[in-house]
Amino acid sequence: MILFWAGLLAVTTSLYVLLDGFDLGVGILFAFADEPNRRKMLSAISPVWDGNETWLVLTGTILFGAFPAAYAALLSTFYLALVLMLCALILRGVAFEFRYKARGFRWFWDLGFAGGSLVATFVQGMTIGALVEGLPMENGHYVGGALGWLSPFAVLCGVGLVLGYSLLGAGWLVRKCEDPIRAFAYRMLPILTVGVLVFLACAFVASLVMHLELMQRWLERPYLLVFPLVGAVATWGLLRSVKQRDDFGPFRFSALIFMAAFGTLAVSFWPFMIPFVLTVEQAASPPSSLAFMFWGAGLFVMPLTLIYTTMVYRLFRGKVVEVHYD
Amino acid sequence: MMWTALLLSRVQFAFTVSFHIIFPSFTIGVAAWLTMLEAFHLISGKPVYRRLFDFWLKIFGVTFGLGVVSGIVLAFEFGMNWSRLSEVTGPIQGPLLTYESFTAFALEASFFGVLLFGRSRVTPAVYLLSTMMVALGTTFSAFWIMVNNSWMQAPVGYAVENGIFVPTNWKAIIFSPVVWVRFPHMLVAAYLTGAFCVAATGAWYMLRGIYAAEARVMLRMGLFLAALLIPVQLFVGHLNGDYVHDRQPAKFAAIEGRWHDEQPASEVLIAIPDESTETNRIELKIPYLGSLIASMRLDSKEVGLTSFAPQDRPPVAIPFFAFRIMVGCGLLMMALAWLGSLYLLFERKPGQRLLLWATFLSFPLPFVATLTGWFTAEVGRQPWSVYGALRTADAVTPTLSVQAVTVSLIIFAVVYVVIFSFGTLYVYRLLKAGPVESKPILPLNPKRPLGVIGGDNPVAKTTQEGALL
Repeated sequence: MILFWAGLLAVTTSLYVLLDGFDLGVGILFAFADEPNRRKMLSAISPVWDGNETWLVLTGTILFGAFPAAYAALLSTFYLALVLMLCALILRGVAFEFRYKARGFRWFWDLGFAGGSLVATFVQGMTIGALVEGLPMENGHYVGGALGWLSPFAVLCGVGLVLGYSLLGAGWLVRKCEDPIRAFAYRMLPILTVGVLVFLACAFVASLVMHLELMQRWLERPYLLVFPLVGAVATWGLLRSVKQRDDFGPFRFSALIFMAAFGTLAVSFWPFMIPFVLTVEQAASPPSSLAFMFWGAGLFVMPLTLIYTTMVYRLFRGKVVEVHYD
Repeated sequence: MMWTALLLSRVQFAFTVSFHIIFPSFTIGVAAWLTMLEAFHLISGKPVYRRLFDFWLKIFGVTFGLGVVSGIVLAFEFGMNWSRLSEVTGPIQGPLLTYESFTAFALEASFFGVLLFGRSRVTPAVYLLSTMMVALGTTFSAFWIMVNNSWMQAPVGYAVENGIFVPTNWKAIIFSPVVWVRFPHMLVAAYLTGAFCVAATGAWYMLRGIYAAEARVMLRMGLFLAALLIPVQLFVGHLNGDYVHDRQPAKFAAIEGRWHDEQPASEVLIAIPDESTETNRIELKIPYLGSLIASMRLDSKEVGLTSFAPQDRPPVAIPFFAFRIMVGCGLLMMALAWLGSLYLLFERKPGQRLLLWATFLSFPLPFVATLTGWFTAEVGRQPWSVYGALRTADAVTPTLSVQAVTVSLIIFAVVYVVIFSFGTLYVYRLLKAGPVESKPILPLNPKRPLGVIGGDNPVAKTTQEGALL
């Protein structure tokens, strides 16, 4: 049961990263466009962003329900970072509706949209970085102070995720939009790919230099290198699809890169939920809670959710038709 | 008073939850109203229902977004500010919130996209189904939140093992009698909110002499629905009082403004409770009525606040006054809905403007009632986070600093004030612009790569001469 929920948590987290990842990425790239291209970029994500963001809530509540100790420890540790992320998501979320209703204040909501996307992404990257680096904990509570987790490595990971989500976003744009947005996204794709690769190299070197405990696990289990290998192949595929102007390739391959990176992290964390402090087993709810969640949410509602998410994506497939607003 | 991280966290939670609850209580009602309109349109084919649907969908769009984003904040605050609570009651509250996010959040967020952008891509039946799914999602959401909150009010079906609240009986938790009076109370409150907002909009247009057809539908449907629902709400509200009397005696005594045990008990109608002297300063009360309301007998003994140790008493003034404001709003709404409905049934002409003005000005009443209802329930629960089992002081994140919460409280306050002001302005503009002629539904081929079809739609025309726009 613990395994099931840990697995499902991995699934919802990766779905969140992929889905909200691309619309956050579009939000970051949005800063570089002008009207009416901004309208079209928004149209490419408008019908689905709300559903995408829901995966963050699903992930959060699964963590709360199945692993309350980890939920309590993580959320209280990253208190100020999360306040920042939530406000960024709020401004970004209301901007979808408000920018069309605004008269003189459209610039404000556009700023909120692009800035909110950027800040939310950066914060998510920083928290992952801080987790990789390791958190000093006592009795399930962080003892490093309100901003103790803020380190150069965390900032590096924040930048890395901004590049990564932008890559996903550019991949989504070539798939959903036409020229000139498509052309713009095709120009950005190689740059972003190189950016992500440079970030990965930096993170790798930094981990070696800092002797992160995480690296030890890789040296012990070299077969785990299959994940970075998949990532490398996907990068090659991505660059090839850009060259061939295959509109569907870039998103798929950048998603694959993300999956490889996610897999890399997940297996290097395992069996810890918060690295080297709290294991999945220790964080888990009692069996009566896990079973209650399994027989309803896990067995029925989750597949149903996946089915209608797929349906909605199918409904809005193809190149975008600009959404009409009053 | 010391501004501790605990107190600031309580202020922050009270602020964010009060802000949030305005929107779901409105959108649950409006989602049901949209479903009704879409169904009526499918059955009758009258264009007025389509126009009303498109009009209210825009308002729904603005408010729904505000409800969603402010709800996400709450889902995080549990872990951020109340990590001890999350840790020890997580095995119970966590799964309930997981069910909420799975059955409600995901459902409404996904189908809301179809509602806004999918009219031309699905059949009318599927569109109606999507509307129903959004309405269903909002209702599920309210249900699980009420299950969770009711467990905090009257915890059942658990055992404490090593300081952790372990669920022993999920049926007892979900089918707790407390849930089944509190959930209907919330749901009817949401429907009443929708009904009064719709009726008030109709009255406003009538007063200005515009959109006659739409205004008539809105005024009638809103007032009739409210007239039917208000007595139900008063009855369910009374049942809520029973559960508080039986399970939260200290909260009950605070609501009643009763300081000392009384037999038979009188009912305090209005007073100024004074915690320092443990008495009411000015007091208007009716003998015997207190016993009658609390226990349905004329001579029952009712418990006063001084029967509880001072550290186990809730603050008195907030639940005392909030409860009276809630009931007052309810009675006003009942008078208005009943008189208005009778008036409409008999089609009187004199006094029409009076009714329209009263209805127009009534739209804040359900919001005030819902908010004060929450204040009564939540402040009355203090000093407990989980009633009788976990104190609020033991629920807060132990490592939280005063500076951190101060910063977060200020940021949230600024952001909320900004988005609330603009949200209100945009809703007001939509209401002022009024319903417009529905756009023709252009069938789209989703596979055809075209970029501007939607953008070429003819400019919408207003339905009436002289209307704004």
